[in-house]
Amino acid sequence: MRVIIFRRWIAAAALLLVCACANAAPSSTSIFSNKTTPAHELNDLSIFVLGITGLIYVGVSGLLLYAIVKFRARKGDTTEPPQVFGSMQIELSWTIIPILIIVILFLTTARVLFSVQDAQKPANALDVVVVGHQFWWEFRYPQYNIATANELHVPLSSKAAPRPTFMKLTSADVMHSFWVPQLNGKTDLLPNRVNEMWIDPQQAGLFVGQCAQFCGPEHARMLLRVYVDTPEQFKAWVASQQKTQPELSELPGGAQGSANETAPNVGNQGGVVQAATNKVPPNSPTTRGNVAGLGESQEISARTGQYVFEHEACISCHTVSGTVATGRYGPDLTHLMSRETIASGAAPNTKDKLLEWVGDPNQIKPGCLMPAMHLSDRQNEQITAYLLTLK
Amino acid sequence: MGTDSMPAPQGIETGLDRTPAASRTGTYLELIHSWIVTVDHKRLGILYICYALVFLLVAGAEALLIRIQLFYPDNHFVSPYTYNRLFTMHGTTMVFLVGMPILFGFGNYLVPLMIGARDMAFPRLNAFSFWISAFAGLLLYYSFIGGVGLYGTGSAPDVAWFAYAPLTERAFSPGHAVDYWAVAILASGIGSIGTAINIIATVFCMRCRGMTLSRIPLLGWLYATVSFLVLVAVSPLTAAQAMLLIDRYLGGHFFDTQMGGSAILWAHFFWIFGHPEVYVLVLPAFAFANEIIPVFSRKAIFGYPAMVAASVGIGFISLGVWAHHMFTIGMTSFGNAFFTLSTMLVSIPTGIKTFNWLATLWGGKIRFATPMLFSIAFLFQWVIAGLTGIMLSVSAWNWQLHNSYFVVAHFHYVLVGAIVFMIFAAIYYWYPKMTGRMLDERLGKWHFWLMVIGFHVTFDVMHFPGLLGMPRQIFTYEPDRGWTLLNQIVSVGGFIQGIAVLILVYNLVHSYFRGVEAGPDPWDAWTLEWSTTSPPPAYNFVVDPVVASRRPLWDLKHPEDPDSAFE
Amino acid sequence: MATVPLQHATNEAEWRLPSRGMVAMASLITAESSIFTIFVVAYLYYLGRDVSGPTPKEVLEIPYFGTVCLLSSSGFIMLAERAIEHGKMAAFKLWWSVTLLLGAIFLVDTGMEWRKLIEQDHLTIHTNLFGTCFYSLVGLHASHVIVGMLMMLITLVFALTGHVRAEHSYRVKVLALYWHFVDAVWVVVFTVVYVVGR
Repeated sequence: MRVIIFRRWIAAAALLLVCACANAAPSSTSIFSNKTTPAHELNDLSIFVLGITGLIYVGVSGLLLYAIVKFRARKGDTTEPPQVFGSMQIELSWTIIPILIIVILFLTTARVLFSVQDAQKPANALDVVVVGHQFWWEFRYPQYNIATANELHVPLSSKAAPRPTFMKLTSADVMHSFWVPQLNGKTDLLPNRVNEMWIDPQQAGLFVGQCAQFCGPEHARMLLRVYVDTPEQFKAWVASQQKTQPELSELPGGAQGSANETAPNVGNQGGVVQAATNKVPPNSPTTRGNVAGLGESQEISARTGQYVFEHEACISCHTVSGTVATGRYGPDLTHLMSRETIASGAAPNTKDKLLEWVGDPNQIKPGCLMPAMHLSDRQNEQITAYLLTLK
Repeated sequence: MGTDSMPAPQGIETGLDRTPAASRTGTYLELIHSWIVTVDHKRLGILYICYALVFLLVAGAEALLIRIQLFYPDNHFVSPYTYNRLFTMHGTTMVFLVGMPILFGFGNYLVPLMIGARDMAFPRLNAFSFWISAFAGLLLYYSFIGGVGLYGTGSAPDVAWFAYAPLTERAFSPGHAVDYWAVAILASGIGSIGTAINIIATVFCMRCRGMTLSRIPLLGWLYATVSFLVLVAVSPLTAAQAMLLIDRYLGGHFFDTQMGGSAILWAHFFWIFGHPEVYVLVLPAFAFANEIIPVFSRKAIFGYPAMVAASVGIGFISLGVWAHHMFTIGMTSFGNAFFTLSTMLVSIPTGIKTFNWLATLWGGKIRFATPMLFSIAFLFQWVIAGLTGIMLSVSAWNWQLHNSYFVVAHFHYVLVGAIVFMIFAAIYYWYPKMTGRMLDERLGKWHFWLMVIGFHVTFDVMHFPGLLGMPRQIFTYEPDRGWTLLNQIVSVGGFIQGIAVLILVYNLVHSYFRGVEAGPDPWDAWTLEWSTTSPPPAYNFVVDPVVASRRPLWDLKHPEDPDSAFE
Repeated sequence: MATVPLQHATNEAEWRLPSRGMVAMASLITAESSIFTIFVVAYLYYLGRDVSGPTPKEVLEIPYFGTVCLLSSSGFIMLAERAIEHGKMAAFKLWWSVTLLLGAIFLVDTGMEWRKLIEQDHLTIHTNLFGTCFYSLVGLHASHVIVGMLMMLITLVFALTGHVRAEHSYRVKVLALYWHFVDAVWVVVFTVVYVVGR
């Protein structure tokens, strides 16, 4: 009998111990290793609640343990103990005391709840729109006119120069949930509804998380990567994301395209060439230039790759801003190579993995909604070569 | 007679024919036929329990397959599609085809006996309820071979047991997997509502003479509360599933977000059912504790009126807490605060019950037969389960814990640590009454210890991946998150529990043929079911009982100190 | 096995318990009310949220006649209950038939309303949110009317063949309680759909 009790004490001690340890040696997704104001407030509340419930546990199970040891039937004793049917005072006390504990817990919770959920948005806050898809994340920055996927960049928000990020979350299909434990609790993404959350990361670096509401076969690999950049890094990142990609067949000499700042956006604005790239609206359609011969070319290059990309239905789902690709069903690929992973974290962003993905996405992520297009190996290589230039 | 730890009771005749079926001759076919057409509440109760035990093994196997898949990150033991079906079916089976049937089975068996009635109020409705529930279970499992899903034939439902919209709409779940889920559970809900009506009518209208409502065993009060909850809470699920079927088959738009429908409405409707549902599952566990703990402490339950008030109070409050499953869905801060408060409030009556059990033990003479071992484990585990529930009710912290393995650990602590443990206690306690034979105590102790060890290895440890950020319902996980070792430990515990359950199954079968004869009252207990033979004759009691207190057999055995003197 | 003897002087006062049928019917009504509540909540929640299609104001006409028939049928069924209590079987059959008739008129009226909505206004269950909610809620109620009428028809047949007698008045009351419930639900549905919702 003592062994049961012993085991339970061990369980309780272990629980408290690991919670303490979790803070000291955080795994990359421990809920106790908080890096933002909301996460910090949640953490403080959680320690408080753990403390109170821990005390209750110690008290009640201590009494239970005592009772089953002290009041064991002695061998051979067949008499009945005195029958006690109740006691008004005792019963009242163990009704009143829990009520008081509840009041304290509730008031503490309410304070944190209102402070986090109803926080006012400061004027310099960064706005991010998060749209959940099966099985990837779309991130839009309306203040900067950029769109990206799966890897979120936000600026550091130090105490001296606070710059929180306020996010609006919705879904394009089913329910999802945005959860990066080190940055905040999770918020659900619902279709036909906009939810809000905010973070103000006080430490730069990479923070990981994943979708936390079952959304279909690849729910497990709808991963999140949040890069908290210093203000300078963030500015540079925004600038690079705002550049468009060229329509390679327009360029003289058929250069292996790379993100060319001064590439003209032919066909836009009635033929007037936009001067500064920063002001070029993304997703603007262009007219196609002369592409004779590209379709039959065996050359593996960005030009031939872009030709295949634009003629084999890739553009019906994907956007490469500055080109004719303006699809919105799949992730924005304009700066694909600025990301460290593909397929919302399911694979690293390397040439081999890109090639494998383009060939048949279901090899890496069975159940994802990008179909295998059954192109030839050469065409796949050509497309990969093109994608590799989308820096 | 009597077992080693129990003295022979006084005044109970033992020499009568205990097996009324002994004189009946007939073929096996006639035997099976009699079980199929039976309207006897005892037989239906046993049918429910056996049916549930079969599905317990099936759903347990599903759980073990899940645990094997999660043993390593990036494991390929099962495909993502199969995995999603496994956890959906594991949850759906355990709640609807194990939990509800076994608890209704015990209710069916015990309620009429304990209130001195000869059967339930509506025996034929009783039989109908059982058979439609049985059909529902078979229909759900037929989906494995009959469902035509997006990914080919053989699609069981794969949308999680709470089947959130719009994932369940035609657009995202073509094929019939979701339909099997909706129709099967709808049918089983009809069975549950039928049984609930029956139990309420029985408790209020079929009590024996002298048994006022304040004298019925606490099990009667708890089952009446459970039945009321079923009436009010299972119906919303029925309605929501009807709406889902209208969407899927008649082109309705209840949850069609493209046409203005709302995903959050499904969540509300489901949890308006879902939360009271877990109280439907746990209140019978409390009922068993209320009967078993006093008998093995040799004291009356402490504070009967408070226990009644607490039980009914839990029933009512539980109707107002459902959105604590939805703290992250985007309710207003006021909504979140309201449900935090209501959820915390439910802990008051629950605490009262826990303390009353403690007070019942206090000053008693505790005997550690197997039913009591499980009950004591239940008490300790219930405290933890309730406390992790308080943690989850703190809505702000819930934003981190929701949909993580912390929640999975919490509800398994309730479902396994409290409910399954008390079901095991009830099996060891009432098996002698149902079959006339005692379950083997040695095997019982093996079952108990393996179950305790396996349970704690799995579900104590399972809290930690949740605290370290592991969401639920994922078929695999990243290797660099620090979850691997924890998952492996959890999986090992699952297999230990599997062995424990197999020992129980062996015990059930073996003792049926070779167990020690039990007699009418092996535990020296005090409620009316122990005043008749084991197993009882079809008519339960030769003469209608008349009672004058809450413990009629105590009065009989202790004429110098009867309870009726105090009431 | 033993009888449990009394501990003190027998209290020979009458041991009265509530009747099973009424308790069971009340329980069933509780469950059904719960179902209707969910459909009503959905209806109210979706008011005004249609993306397209006809709105309630545009197409709904208040079904005065059908409502009067249905609600008055509650009065007639009460007359039938009273009749069988006093053993007046002829009167019972008469009032029972009138109740059935009024129920049938209500259903026909509903059917005609639906026909107009479908053919003229092109409102079906899949037109928009309003269509879905309207047909579901009113349809659910109508299905309960049909079930009630079926039970009453069976009773009428048994009454006409002489199998229903005064001692069955209690069972008739239980059935009548169901019918009263159906009428009460119509009051709620009517208010929600034709008053609040328009």
